[in-house]
Amino acid sequence: MNRIRLRASALLLFVWLLPFGSPARAVEIQDIMSPKGVHAWFVEDKTVPVLAIRFAFKGGAVQDPADKAGLINLMSGLLDEGAGTLESQAWQEKLDSLGADLSFAAGEDNISGAMKVLAENADKAAAMLALALQKPRFDQEPLNRVRDQIIVGIKAAERDPMTIAQKKFAVELYGRHPYARPIEGTPESLKTIGRADLQAAHSRLFARDNVKIGIVGAITKEQAAALIGKIFDALPAKAELRPVPPVRPHLGGLTTVHYTMPQTAINLVYPGVARKDKDYYAAYLLNYVLGGSGLTSRLFTEVREKRGLAYSVRSSLVNRDYSDSLVISTGTRAPSARQSLETIRTEVKKIAENGINEPELQQAKSYVIGAYAVQNMGSSGAIAATLVGLQEWDLPIDYIQKREAEINAVSLDEVNAVAKKLFTVEPAILMVGPIKD
Amino acid sequence: MLSRFKAEILFALFLLRRLVVLAAFAGGGAQAFAATQPVADGVAVTAQAGTEQQAGQSEEAAGQVLPAIAQSGNVYSFTLANGLQVVVLPNHRAPVVTNMIWYRAGSADEPRGHTGIAHFLEHLMFKGTRAYPAGEFSTLVARLGGEQNAFTSYDYTAYYEIIAPQYLKNMMIREADRMENLILTDEVIGPERQVIIEERRMRTDNDPAAMLAEEARATLFLNSPYHNPVIGWKQEMEQLNRDDALAFYGKYYTPNNAVAIIAGDVDPAGVRALAMETYGKVKQRAVMPERRRPQEPVSRTRREVAMRDGRVAEPSFQIYRLVPSYNNAKNKGEAEALDLLGEILGGGSQSRLYKNLVVKTGIAASVGSAYDGTAIDDGVFYLYGLPRGGAALADLQAAVEAEIAAIIKNGVSMQELEAARKRYMKDFVFSQDSPSGLAQLYGAALTTGMRVADVNNWPERLKSVKPADIKAVAARYLAPGTGVVSRLLPLHDAEKADNRRQKKAPGGKGTSPAQ
Repeated sequence: MNRIRLRASALLLFVWLLPFGSPARAVEIQDIMSPKGVHAWFVEDKTVPVLAIRFAFKGGAVQDPADKAGLINLMSGLLDEGAGTLESQAWQEKLDSLGADLSFAAGEDNISGAMKVLAENADKAAAMLALALQKPRFDQEPLNRVRDQIIVGIKAAERDPMTIAQKKFAVELYGRHPYARPIEGTPESLKTIGRADLQAAHSRLFARDNVKIGIVGAITKEQAAALIGKIFDALPAKAELRPVPPVRPHLGGLTTVHYTMPQTAINLVYPGVARKDKDYYAAYLLNYVLGGSGLTSRLFTEVREKRGLAYSVRSSLVNRDYSDSLVISTGTRAPSARQSLETIRTEVKKIAENGINEPELQQAKSYVIGAYAVQNMGSSGAIAATLVGLQEWDLPIDYIQKREAEINAVSLDEVNAVAKKLFTVEPAILMVGPIKD
Repeated sequence: MLSRFKAEILFALFLLRRLVVLAAFAGGGAQAFAATQPVADGVAVTAQAGTEQQAGQSEEAAGQVLPAIAQSGNVYSFTLANGLQVVVLPNHRAPVVTNMIWYRAGSADEPRGHTGIAHFLEHLMFKGTRAYPAGEFSTLVARLGGEQNAFTSYDYTAYYEIIAPQYLKNMMIREADRMENLILTDEVIGPERQVIIEERRMRTDNDPAAMLAEEARATLFLNSPYHNPVIGWKQEMEQLNRDDALAFYGKYYTPNNAVAIIAGDVDPAGVRALAMETYGKVKQRAVMPERRRPQEPVSRTRREVAMRDGRVAEPSFQIYRLVPSYNNAKNKGEAEALDLLGEILGGGSQSRLYKNLVVKTGIAASVGSAYDGTAIDDGVFYLYGLPRGGAALADLQAAVEAEIAAIIKNGVSMQELEAARKRYMKDFVFSQDSPSGLAQLYGAALTTGMRVADVNNWPERLKSVKPADIKAVAARYLAPGTGVVSRLLPLHDAEKADNRRQKKAPGGKGTSPAQ
């Protein structure tokens, strides 16, 4: 009895699978503006009495001067170490007393920040954030301390084969481009950085025309605009970014790092597709079928499910401001490293030659459309981060509504053309483990 | 991340946690869950459910008795006739729901000599049933844009899907089905056993810090099954077979041993109707006895374990102390006091360890402490340190121990206690913001001996902790003499200076063309 009922509902499913719920239903994104014209995207959300603000200034480690690698990362690590008249300890105690979580992080392309606070303390916490962004002190004690912490972190990892390999691989791929340098710099470069360097970097990057902001929570649109003004309006109008050239990763080589350990890590780097490229969605769908998230990709099936060669195998489309790539990664028991690599390369070759099929494309579209809300709306912070991401990619405010149609418009021929273009190129390969010559 | 370095602290805690929670699949969602440090980290069993009120009514419907829905704050719960407990955590922000099914069975419930079977079974639960053959469930979740994974810890195993709410029933049907109808063949067992061994290599055998943590824990727990790693000892994993998996499945995978947590865009009465139709149809397969495991004897020694490895460049230490958990604390309020002690002593940049050893004397690059009290049996109090610059590891360890001694002798100030408490209260409110995080919090609590009311009352119980309670638990559980100290060290102590001159430390090889 039970089984018959279960089967019946399984069949029924295909009928009511067709109309998808729109992920946009619950979020109404509004474009708000501060008195000095700083824009932010805002979602009013009274689910919990919390306010989340996320923001990103363009220009991360790529803006480090060549002889001062690690400057931007160090600077972002010092933003919460004293500002205005408050020294580090006093500033942190005050923030703590307001019940706010605040963090900053430097990436390759941006400096991002996240604040979460009980809505009742939003004004006071915003004042603290404003101080940190506008008037960081960069005092000598926290400078020495945070710099030493970063140096210890670098040294602690300097004999780790994966860290060594990633550094070596980055140089192979990006040569003299800033992407070849580690975000945190080197012990040597960090020692040359002084307060003047930090102040210069701060005044170059933190400006009103250079920031994307998302704000979500239990406040009104007017309150949100006032908060944005309080935090960002005192910044200079224009940032001074150094030009950074685009770079194509140098493919075709094999990089190895030998270390006697039980598992070999393998990375393959193929060309990518830029976010603004007309083929972006085709590449996105292609990547999903090959090795995207979930338990059903071709690589997952062949490498893990059928052969038990690995616990983790996946491919990802990597989009950065100045370079794009498609990366496949896995870890496999050392004696099977060659078999795993060959299995992956065979799948890549198959997808280049024969493409994907229509059911796979439909399944991929269905996933990619449905996954938006699941992946991007898990909390107020996640929604705010999504709002920042959309603006960083220059997407329109109604993107979430339009996205579904854009994905549905991708044809099988387009996906397979992209497969041919990306995967007929020799990849760059990295292998770390007990590698024999 | 506050700065790169403060991220280290979180990472150290993540590492600790990572050994405790293993996911079925690597990937975004699994990591997100595994890395989530539940705010409350569990709560005690002492509180009464007096505040719970009846929101639903018992009615006769379609021959089944409607279970009454108990409400406590924004938490709704009821128990089906077959004993399955259901907890509903509504949150209507986005059209998303997290469906989790938690079994009160983890690695500490494994038969001796068969370590890793709880986690192996978790993997095998994706191998299909007659109604839904291998791949059907995952393919459906993927088609719907959902996320699916599972994870295993010492005291529980959990499965989840995150999905649009209109498909909740489809998820429940399948979870209910695989609760009793799993089919295992030797064809699927073989490759999947290789997968879990690969998982062990990736998480543990390839990583000196993880290998050390595994043995430190085995050294800390002398008699409790918490002694064994969740993933299992390799030589036992290699022997795990179909019979082991089915025996564990038959013993523990029964509705009266499970908790369903449904969080997100749903209403309690609607969930009840779906749960009765799906989970409600699963028959009880076993009677669940009380979870009694071998207990720790009185310990009289302090054990030290050390690992030297060529991949380690900077030395560090970790201290593990055996302490009561929220579930087994005999003295009321001890677990809450230990939680606050972990925060005051080493919980972040406002803690004593950070202020005194990172900022003031500057001998630590990273230092901290934390309490893990979400457990059926004993909990663990954990401290760690990484020296800065030229400071010696022994000096940093001595300084950390001096901070513990200072609390044992002089206690903590009311101001410190208030600040720590306020931070926890705030975290508790913030936890309401993420339905999937909240589901994780309640699931872990309810499978480690707590009830819904215990979680809800946690902030209240924190309020009754006094400075004297903190001093008392520090004196009772952190006095010198027992516990485990582990050290992660470079291959040779004296080698440090020399080796900096040799550039290619662990043997970089050249670049050659790809084949």
